[in-house]
Amino acid sequence: MTDQTLSQRPQLTEKESTGVIDWSSGPRRVITLYLPLALFVIVLLFPFYWMAITAIKPNAELLDFKNNNPFWVKSPTLDNINKLLFQTDYPRWLWTTMMVAVVATALSLFASVLAAYAIQRLKFRGSNYVGLAIYLAYLVPPSILFIPMATLIFQLGLFDSPMALILTYPTFLIPFCTWLLIGYFKSIPYELEECAMIDGATRLQTLWQITLPLAMPGLISAGIFAFTLSWNEFIYALAFIQSAEKKTVPVAVLTQLVEGDVYHWGSLMAGALLGSIPVAILYSFFVDYYVASLTGAVKE
Amino acid sequence: MAVAAVETRTTYKLDQSWLVRLFDNKPFLIAICLFPAAALLLVFLSYPLGLGVWLSFTDTRIGRPGYFIGLENFESLWYDRVFHTAVWNTLLYTSVATIGKFGLGLWLALLLNNNLPFKSLLRAIILVPWIVPTVLSAIAFWWIYDPQFSIISYVLVDVLGWRETYIDFLGQPWPARFSLIAANIWRGIPFVAISLLAGLQTISPSLYEAAMLDGANAWQRFKHVTFPMLMPILAVVLTFSVLFTFTDFQLVYAITRGGPVNSTHLMATLAFQRGIPGGQLGEGAAIAVAMIPFLVLATLFSYFGLARRKWQQGEDND
Repeated sequence: MTDQTLSQRPQLTEKESTGVIDWSSGPRRVITLYLPLALFVIVLLFPFYWMAITAIKPNAELLDFKNNNPFWVKSPTLDNINKLLFQTDYPRWLWTTMMVAVVATALSLFASVLAAYAIQRLKFRGSNYVGLAIYLAYLVPPSILFIPMATLIFQLGLFDSPMALILTYPTFLIPFCTWLLIGYFKSIPYELEECAMIDGATRLQTLWQITLPLAMPGLISAGIFAFTLSWNEFIYALAFIQSAEKKTVPVAVLTQLVEGDVYHWGSLMAGALLGSIPVAILYSFFVDYYVASLTGAVKE
Repeated sequence: MAVAAVETRTTYKLDQSWLVRLFDNKPFLIAICLFPAAALLLVFLSYPLGLGVWLSFTDTRIGRPGYFIGLENFESLWYDRVFHTAVWNTLLYTSVATIGKFGLGLWLALLLNNNLPFKSLLRAIILVPWIVPTVLSAIAFWWIYDPQFSIISYVLVDVLGWRETYIDFLGQPWPARFSLIAANIWRGIPFVAISLLAGLQTISPSLYEAAMLDGANAWQRFKHVTFPMLMPILAVVLTFSVLFTFTDFQLVYAITRGGPVNSTHLMATLAFQRGIPGGQLGEGAAIAVAMIPFLVLATLFSYFGLARRKWQQGEDND
C-alpha cells in the first residue's frame, strides 16, 4: 500500500483534487469493492424479489421445485392479488392504515413544530432540559409501554377504534420529529426572524411566514418519516385493535391471511408486497429526505 | 424573505388587537407552543410508563382491577423457566445481532465511501429493507425459512449439493434463534451502514493524506483515523440499535411467535403473550419493567457518547 501510494503521489488526479482519494484500481478493486458490494445488494434485495415472484406464481409452480426453477415463474398469474383485493378486506385495511398514518403524522407535525420552535427559538430557562426530556422520550420503546397503554385505552373507551392508534402513535412520532426540527431550526439564521420582528411582525407571524417556509425541507423529512413510521407500526395496532375489518395492513396480513395450518403463501406474499408499495413509492420520491432525516436524527 | 417582510411592514402595525399582543407575550407563547406535545406525551407516554411500573406490582387481569401484591410477580418470574429462556434469548439476540449488524454495516459503509458510479442510487437501494414494514419483510423471511419450500435449502441441497436434507429452520430451538438473528441483521444493516456513511463523509480527506505521508498502512489508517473520528456517531447509532434490538417484538412475533415451545421468546414477545392474549396484565407489565434497567444502561451510554461528541466539536452549539 505504501509504495503504491508513493509512486502515485506526484500526479494529482482530478479525483484527488476534489477530495476523494482513490488509489487502488484494477482487479484488486473488483475483488475488494465491487464483489462484496454486489453480494450486499443481492442479499439485501433478495427477500423482495422472492416476495414478488411468489406473489405472481400459480400454486402448482409454487409448491413444486423439482420441475420448475423456483427463481423464475413460467406462467405468471394475478390470481393471488385478485383474491386479496376482492375476497378479503384488504382495500379496507389499506384505507385504515393510510388514514391512521396521515392523521397521526399531521397531529405529530403540528405538535412538533410548535414544540421545536419553543425550545429552539423562544429560549427560556430550562429549554435545554425540555429538549433532553423529549430526546429521552424517544428512547422509551413501545414494547414496554403497550400493556399499560392498553389499560389506558380501555379506560378511555378507545379500544378497537382507530382513534386509539391516532393518539398513541404520536408518542414515538413527536420525539422524533421535534428532535429533527430542532436541528433544522438551528440551521436557519435567527437574523431573518429578527428582521421580521423589527419590521413589526408578531412571533406567530414570524413562525408562519419566515421560519416555516425556510424549514420546509425539514418539515418534509419529518413528515414522510413520521408517515413511514406509522405505516410500519405493529405492536400497538396488534394490541389495541380487535375487529378484523379495522386492522392495519401489517397486523391484518399476519393475523387475517393465515388461516389455520394452511398458509396461502401466494396471497400472503401479495399482501406483504402491496403493503410495502405505498411506503416504497413515497420513498422513491423522497430518498434524499429520508437519508437526511435518518442521518440528521442520529447526528443531532 | 426580507423583501416579503418589508412589503408587509405597514399592515403588521394596524391589527394589534389584545389577542395579537397576548400571542406576543413570551411566557404565554411558550406555554401554548409546548402544550400539544407536552399533553400528548404526558398522557400517552409518561403516565403509561408510571402505570406500567404500578401494574407490575399488582395482579391485574383483563377486565378485573388488580390489588397490590408487592414483588410477587417478580418472585414468580425469578423461578419461571420460560422467563429465564426469554432473558437469555434477548441477551443472545441483542449481542449477536448487534455485532453482526455493526460488523457488516461498517464494512458496507466503508465500501460505499469509495468513489463509485451510481452512488446515490446504490445508497437508495440499500435503505429499502429498512423502509419496508418489518412485519411484511418478516413474512418474506418466514417463507424463506419454510421447512419444505425454503429457497436456501433448495440452493444448498439441489443446486450446490452441499447438504443431503432440507434444513428445519424454525422447528428446532437453535436453528430458529439463529434464523431470527439473521433476519434481524438483514434488517439492521442499512440503518447502520447509512448512518456510519454519513459519519465517514465528515472525516476530512486531509487526515488520511497526513497519515499516508507518515507511512500508515490501510489498517493503521482505519484504526487511528477512521475509527476515532467515527466513535461519537458510532456510540449513538450503537445505542439506538441496541435499544431497538433489545426491545424487538415484530420480527419474532411474525416469524416464530416465540415457538417452538417457547424457546425463541424475547422479553417483549413474552410480555405480550402473557399480558394481552393471556390476560395477565400484571405479569406482562412485570416482564416489560424488567427490561428497564437494561434500557437505562443503554441510555447512559448514549448520553456519554453525546457528551464526548460535544467535547470534540468544541462548545459551539447551544
